[in-house]
Amino acid sequence: MDFVFKHKRISGILTILPQKAVKFEDEMANYNFSPAKCMKLKIAMGYNEHRIAAEGQTSADFCEHGLRYLVDNNLLNPNEVDALLFVSQSPDYFLPPTSNLLHGKFGMRQDCLCMDINQGCAGFELGLIQACMLLDQPAIKKVVLLNADVLSPKVSPQDRNSKPLVGDAAAITVIDQCQEDNPIYANIKMDGTGALVLNIPAGGFRMPSTAETAVMEEDAAGNFRSKDNLVMQGDEVFNFVQREVPPMIEHLYEQSGVDRNEVDWYMFHQPNKFMLNKLADKLGVPRDKMPANIVENFGNASGVTVPTCISYNLGDQLCNNTMQLCMAGFGVGLTWSSIMMKVGQLMFNRIIEY
Amino acid sequence: MKEKIIKILTELRPEFDFTQEGVDFIEEGMLDSFDLVTLVSELDNTFGISIDGVDILPENFSSVDAIAALLVKNGAK
Repeated sequence: MDFVFKHKRISGILTILPQKAVKFEDEMANYNFSPAKCMKLKIAMGYNEHRIAAEGQTSADFCEHGLRYLVDNNLLNPNEVDALLFVSQSPDYFLPPTSNLLHGKFGMRQDCLCMDINQGCAGFELGLIQACMLLDQPAIKKVVLLNADVLSPKVSPQDRNSKPLVGDAAAITVIDQCQEDNPIYANIKMDGTGALVLNIPAGGFRMPSTAETAVMEEDAAGNFRSKDNLVMQGDEVFNFVQREVPPMIEHLYEQSGVDRNEVDWYMFHQPNKFMLNKLADKLGVPRDKMPANIVENFGNASGVTVPTCISYNLGDQLCNNTMQLCMAGFGVGLTWSSIMMKVGQLMFNRIIEY
Repeated sequence: MKEKIIKILTELRPEFDFTQEGVDFIEEGMLDSFDLVTLVSELDNTFGISIDGVDILPENFSSVDAIAALLVKNGAK
């Protein structure tokens, strides 16, 4: 499904990272692999360290900290927020929505729309599309998009498929109406037949968590995890990404009329370095135009990797310049989405810690 | 080309004999999915190519001949 939006702009991006950084080497002993093989894996996948939330910290806490930072620094007025979107797979509660909790903490207006969206790796793109759809309404002039995930407590420490790459983080993106045309081209696709390729089997209503679901079991590859843990069929995910993402980006070039040489940066979701490098090669994009340094330095925090990639690699450059960005997210759902838009003259584009 | 492939495989998993005929490296557990990631990186570097991501399927790594065919398909000489 294709979308085009006009008269909307991103006016700021703030990424919030946990202070705690864990080195790959510190967790290697948990994996059912020789140290030599672990080190080869580290190099090929680009694992180095990942940021992990402190015990008890939730996605909402990171969002609250970031929102407080913006308010305290006069970068956001809560009274001007017309819609608050929280895109996450780690809400505080089944109910109420986390966006409503944050709405209450900041005393936002009663006519501010709150919405939680359950989405993972394509959560930034889906959130931006939703924000732009809301901004098509005259009553909505400013949307605050919260992407946040604290999934590390759900990952088995003995699962080398997932543990080395998962990180926790949040990002706040402010999207406004604007006078300029500023066309935004987006597309999104879904394939629910692959919905359980990335899954936490227990803990919802289908399979409540019990003592039985907490029992650790060994899989065919020697990983240990329980039904309460995240399970990722890595081969399936890899094949899906390599099959679907390149044609999606080729379609985005056609849809937007933007030539590949006009794109300044490719800001893609970051499952691992190997996967991203393969995508860059397939698309004929120089690897240095598609930064693959987020998993390496911070870990993969689902829908937060794209804004983290923008904040980390471009920072203040985007406050003083305007650049053509091609963004893409792919994974949980299965969902894959891409956006072509100019981003620049931001009020803020930075990383803080919590 | 085949000699180079066997050398890379042997460095990756020295406990196995990759010169045997008629052995499926995947079915026999001589290569797992993480080996494939390392193997592809090594093959890319050695042959100066980038193996297409859609070709990174277990069946393309089941034997030395299969790997050689994969390399030729992806531009190796």
